Amino acid sequence: MKSIFPVLTVVAAILALWYAAAVWMNATWTYDQAARAEVELSLGEVVKDTLNQERPKLPAPHQVAAELWKTTAEKKITSKRSLIYHGWITLSATLLGFAIGTGAGILLAVGIVHNRAMDMSVMPWAIASQTIPILAIAPMIIVVLNSIGVQGLLPKAIISAYLSFFPVVVGMVKGLRSPDAMQLDLLKTYNASGSQTFWKLRLPASMPYLFASLKVGVAASLVGAIVGELPTGAVRGLGARLLAGSYYGQTVQIWSALIGAAVLAALLVGTIGLVQRVTLKRMGMVR
Amino acid sequence: MLTQKEISDFAQEVPQAAAPVISASGLDLTFQTGDGPVQALKDVSLEIDKGDFVSFIGPSGCGKTTFLRVIAGLEHPTGGAISVNGMSPDEARRSRAYGYVFQAAGLYPWRTIAGNIKLPLEIMGFSKAEQAERVEKVLQLVDLAGFGKKFPWQLSGGMQQRASIARALAFDADILLMDEPFGALDEIVRDHLNEQLLALWARTEKTIGFVTHSIPEAVYLSTKIVVMSPRPGRITDVIESPLPKERPLDIRDTPEFLEVAHRVREGLRAGHAYDD
Repeated sequence: MKSIFPVLTVVAAILALWYAAAVWMNATWTYDQAARAEVELSLGEVVKDTLNQERPKLPAPHQVAAELWKTTAEKKITSKRSLIYHGWITLSATLLGFAIGTGAGILLAVGIVHNRAMDMSVMPWAIASQTIPILAIAPMIIVVLNSIGVQGLLPKAIISAYLSFFPVVVGMVKGLRSPDAMQLDLLKTYNASGSQTFWKLRLPASMPYLFASLKVGVAASLVGAIVGELPTGAVRGLGARLLAGSYYGQTVQIWSALIGAAVLAALLVGTIGLVQRVTLKRMGMVR
Repeated sequence: MLTQKEISDFAQEVPQAAAPVISASGLDLTFQTGDGPVQALKDVSLEIDKGDFVSFIGPSGCGKTTFLRVIAGLEHPTGGAISVNGMSPDEARRSRAYGYVFQAAGLYPWRTIAGNIKLPLEIMGFSKAEQAERVEKVLQLVDLAGFGKKFPWQLSGGMQQRASIARALAFDADILLMDEPFGALDEIVRDHLNEQLLALWARTEKTIGFVTHSIPEAVYLSTKIVVMSPRPGRITDVIESPLPKERPLDIRDTPEFLEVAHRVREGLRAGHAYDD
């Protein structure tokens, strides 16, 4: 792992900046408290106080780490306060939404490439659908689906699918259209049918494009799941933890949920990267 | 006085002259481009017999690739008539009458060499056992035996082009159409491949249409050389080569060879190939 040293350096730099920012942002509260108690504080005491407040403006890294440890390793997975439990709720909505979005995206892309009518009509609608702010549409989707009895996992999955189908459509259309005129002429000389051209040429040629889109799509899907947990006062999931933290002023809780979401995103994108490497190696497209 | 029966018996004894495999007469092709119509082919008439090796030579824009594509059914003429194996080029294409070799090898990077050669066989519905057998046979023909499991990026340009030729030979079409297949390769590899192509032609007895830019290549390989010229694309000269069928590479230094090459050059000059 030759890249571990640069990565560690960047992480160290980020942590240093974080600590400095925590001291700076929490200092106002410390000085106010000191003024109320009419006590003079030395710089060392100020720093120590800013890094250990109960409700800091910006929690220090060790506070976030302690909270993360408390809510993952020290709680049972089934407990309602376990970050792993909440993470799993969000992850299940993400994965289901990602599957629906990818499936729909691929089907739409195949339709766009093979059918003139779809080519001209679907793309503008797909683009328009993405310009509506998701924070506005998510509550509507949840409320409408709840009113017809669909609750819990599926509405969040639909919001995830909504966000993740677009990169897949765009990427797959480009990928399916990537073979050049010479390749298509070659198949014409074999009198290949449209379906043979699709399965033997277009689909394999689109694999690199598909994986690039999947990485974007899975991150968008996670955002969709978290956004889906915000509006209706949900009680489970990482978005719900974020919301609860902000209601009760528990900034450390907010930050630990944030870091949890970031770790989840990194794991998802990393997994797709791994699948990409294995698949492309088997297809002989990785040197 | 011969009776009707005696005449028909006599006619059946005499072997009929073989019909030409490819027959074009008065072929016209005009492309409608954004800048106005471009006449790619004008009044092209040609007959190619079975077992011929026909080279098409001319400067850029003379219509030689266009003519090859018309024979392949990839372009449609706007006038005149053409028949391949007695059918229209489209029907010939649908009945898989020919193999086509492009200027670039065009192998799929996600398939091995064997997998690439299997591509037309899969599309045409050969059984798995037959596919494997044909792949082996055709790899031997182009001298790539043992390279079946390699991927295209592991092969040099010349080897990739040989694999492309192997792919065109895999399904036993009688006609082979080649569009400047060795154009992107260097002189030494080219000489080598020219020799191999002639040996292949002698062994398989196919009818070959070959487009090239190179006068020595055209004279060396062909039994018939078609000289074309541009604006509009037309045939300037058709030369029946007097050279023997067995040709070592050294034949390129003989006076007969140089005479034919001279005639080709004259034809190109007559078609204003050397004018600005």
